[in-house]
Amino acid sequence: METLSVAGKPIELDSDGHLAHRADWTENVARELAVQEGISDLTPQHWAVINFMRSVFEKEGDAPSIRRLTKESGVDTKTLYQLFPKGPAKRAAKIAGLPKPKGCI
Amino acid sequence: MTQTNSVEPIQKVSIIVSHGSLEGVYPGLIMANGARMEGIEASLFFTFFGLDAIIKKRMNDLRVATVGNPAMHMPTVLGAVPGMSAFATKMMQKEMEKLDIPPVAEFITMIHDAGCEIYACRATVDMFHLKKDDFCDELDGVISVGQFYEKAAGAQIIFT
Repeated sequence: METLSVAGKPIELDSDGHLAHRADWTENVARELAVQEGISDLTPQHWAVINFMRSVFEKEGDAPSIRRLTKESGVDTKTLYQLFPKGPAKRAAKIAGLPKPKGCI
Repeated sequence: MTQTNSVEPIQKVSIIVSHGSLEGVYPGLIMANGARMEGIEASLFFTFFGLDAIIKKRMNDLRVATVGNPAMHMPTVLGAVPGMSAFATKMMQKEMEKLDIPPVAEFITMIHDAGCEIYACRATVDMFHLKKDDFCDELDGVISVGQFYEKAAGAQIIFT
């Protein structure tokens, strides 16, 4: 079982590298997950995306589609891909402490 | 992450869209968008009737084929009834909207903004006497088959 070390505390990850337990998520955990994804600094725009994804997941049990993300979070498609260059859906969900999104869009 | 095999993840895809029906166009668009969502480099190449998906006046009027489409599970004569294709199209669009799949023009913009390049086939453009103005703004160029292969270097080519 892979773990992520945050402030000396091991955090359990699943086989995809996402948090095994959603309750382990904190902003510091997010920063550490972001570093793993090659994002050394989370900007306010990153946080806007992360927080929006978390709020949708909280209500609906799945991360929002990219289309909804760009329409409702205030971050447009081009910016979203600049913020998460290795692929916004999966990477943002991972940093937000959520499982891989189920949707195709 | 423990990787039990050494198979390389897909880095790049070049997707060819050759059909102009609604069901002919969407799979390619969804795959291109899905590739970008995963951080995979993607380009789209529209050829023959697939060009309708990037022609300004036509892209939002694509229809489901109700004739010659056995998967519609309806007799050919019924499929040919006036309004049947429009009806089937409307139904499908409604279902797609529920899944947050955008209309074609919006989808093309979204895919292009995501960094996917969009090309039209030179031979088809010449054959149908199309001009640059006929296409949506997202078009990155009209290219030959040779140029397509050059751009597709290192990519998986997907024909739809």
